[in-house]
Amino acid sequence: MRGRPLLYTSYESDQAIFNTMAKKVFAGLGLLVLVLLPFNVVPGLGFLAAGDWLRLLSTVAIFVIGGLGLNILLGLAGQVSLGHAFFMGVGAYVAAVLGGDPEGVRLGFGLPLWIWLPAAGIVAALIGIAFGPAAVRVRGLYLAFVTLGLVFVGDYVFRNWISVTGGAEVGRTFPPLQFRLWKEEEPLIDFTSDGAWLGIELISEAKTFYFVLAAALLFMLLAKNLQRTRIGRAFQSIRDRDIAAEIMGVDEFRNKLRAFGISSFYAGVSGALLASFVGTVIPSRWDLFLSIQFIAIVLIGGAGTVAGVVLGTSFVILLPRVVQDATLWMQDVVKEGDSLLATLLDLVVATDSTDFGLVNTLPGIGPGLSVFQLNQVIYGLLIIGFLIFEPLGLYGIWIKIRNYWKGWPFTY
Amino acid sequence: MALVSKRLLQRRADRSGPKDYEHLLQVDDVHLSFKGVKAIDGVSFHVDDGELFAIIGPNGAGKTSLFNSINQVYKPQEGDIIWKGDSVMGLKPNKTAELGIARTFQNIALYPHMTVTENMLTGRHVRMESGWLAGSIWLGKAKKEEIENRGIVEDIIDFLEIEQWRKYPVGLLPYGIQKRVELGRALAMDPELLMLDEPVAGMNLEETEDMARFILDVRDELEIAIILVEHDMRLVMDIADRVLVMDFGKQIAVGTPAEVQQNPNVIKAYLGEEVETV
Repeated sequence: MRGRPLLYTSYESDQAIFNTMAKKVFAGLGLLVLVLLPFNVVPGLGFLAAGDWLRLLSTVAIFVIGGLGLNILLGLAGQVSLGHAFFMGVGAYVAAVLGGDPEGVRLGFGLPLWIWLPAAGIVAALIGIAFGPAAVRVRGLYLAFVTLGLVFVGDYVFRNWISVTGGAEVGRTFPPLQFRLWKEEEPLIDFTSDGAWLGIELISEAKTFYFVLAAALLFMLLAKNLQRTRIGRAFQSIRDRDIAAEIMGVDEFRNKLRAFGISSFYAGVSGALLASFVGTVIPSRWDLFLSIQFIAIVLIGGAGTVAGVVLGTSFVILLPRVVQDATLWMQDVVKEGDSLLATLLDLVVATDSTDFGLVNTLPGIGPGLSVFQLNQVIYGLLIIGFLIFEPLGLYGIWIKIRNYWKGWPFTY
Repeated sequence: MALVSKRLLQRRADRSGPKDYEHLLQVDDVHLSFKGVKAIDGVSFHVDDGELFAIIGPNGAGKTSLFNSINQVYKPQEGDIIWKGDSVMGLKPNKTAELGIARTFQNIALYPHMTVTENMLTGRHVRMESGWLAGSIWLGKAKKEEIENRGIVEDIIDFLEIEQWRKYPVGLLPYGIQKRVELGRALAMDPELLMLDEPVAGMNLEETEDMARFILDVRDELEIAIILVEHDMRLVMDIADRVLVMDFGKQIAVGTPAEVQQNPNVIKAYLGEEVETV
């Protein structure tokens, strides 16, 4: 409807995901930019075409899937879970056993990707549902503790089940991202080697990026659809008022269990993709810190929204890189000269093992915090900050900006 | 208006077969206690189709506990609650909703982060079927069902005259509108019995009159039986068909408004003993 963008003539167009022209245009442009990224043609974003940045963006896409899973549990159903890393680990090892090299040191059946990837999600979901009855009886802080236990049980099992996981500090290799119909030698589609697709030369990082991007987009669509249909609303009603929801006909027990299952499915798929993407993973990858990262993703991004998960993941995954680059740049400035800036930055960064500074990039143990430690501090501060000042997260900030400009120049 | 009632009655007729019960709801000598506290102490009454039945009584008389017992949130230790000839005792609360018992709450219990439309669609939960997988995929069955039920919800939004609020998160709405949305969420369940817990508490005269009009319309046009718990005596005496009076968990009178007003026990409960003046 020209000139009346908010006039809907059917419930279908009103309930569409992209129900305004602006949303359609931005979604289309965003997709176009993502697809064109590896070709270094998007002005200003050329640096992202480099292999290391594409790997980072692929990590974002994989974490988006896991983040969507936790968002269904935490953001929609309102159940805190610190056990997300455990389910990712389960997914990863299911993938490893099913898809792993049959002639390798560790257990593996050499099955193709289209079997091990869904199986990773399904097994994780089944374990989530099996564990559910213990979890749905408690809420809030108690639930956080119960699920925290999962991470440590998982950690113990992963460390000691050497035939599957390779054991602590050793780890094992995971099946590569290659699409085979069955166990044939040459993969039908290989996402892990340089080469041409349809006559277009692509580096391996670009191919991997396309694959995980497609997976992430698929899961975003599924999560959004779940959220706007019957079961998604049931989850939200339990989050908002559990007893009223029961009286209005929502089976609390079954739906909490369902939320655990679906969330674990996403986690399993994400874990399998992550392990496969990285190649070799040690059991301590699936530790509490990973769970906390996902809590950070959901809370910083904005609980209960798909767009928030994407924002939160981008933030959480890209932050270490940005902090590292910033630290390196500051060290360069400090080493270079005696400008005022250098003097100020000298207080922030440590340039050698005797120098005082908040952060350093020195190998081994230096003075101050390492970049990794600094990131942990920043996550913690941001989670606290967002919970207090902006419970809707980055997405909430975006909504505020949007509403401000909607009414501009009037205040409302 | 005529359309919404025609559609609702049609859906309800499709769901339940011909009438083969004596009373829609029969509460039979129910006793409920928490440890030493007797919340309900032998209450019996029945509600028929299309009846507006009111329950009154001082604070703490056990009115809301009675609602919670009918919904099976509380499990009475003695007695029986019979819905259309079958006992509901031991069912889970969500099953009572499926049977056709809808409810509003004393302190509004809407889902504050969801919009008006979403809140009402949650009321449709028991009448919809799509599972999580169909919902995730959206295309086909789930989409058709969503759009169909959106239409039903829009009928109710129309009926309650809250069109302009439909896309607001209910947490942001004024109190009177929230009460109306809660009524809408209950109506979205296509109920045969609606239990209203203090629907006009805290409302001014105009809002009370609006709500009274909606309650009468629900009974007359949508043909839904109503149990009304309310402290506003004028409202109760004006619109109720029959009244049950409770005090300290006991049933002290039941009858038409005119009858209970004359009942000495009721006068005693509300005004205290008459004292001989010297």
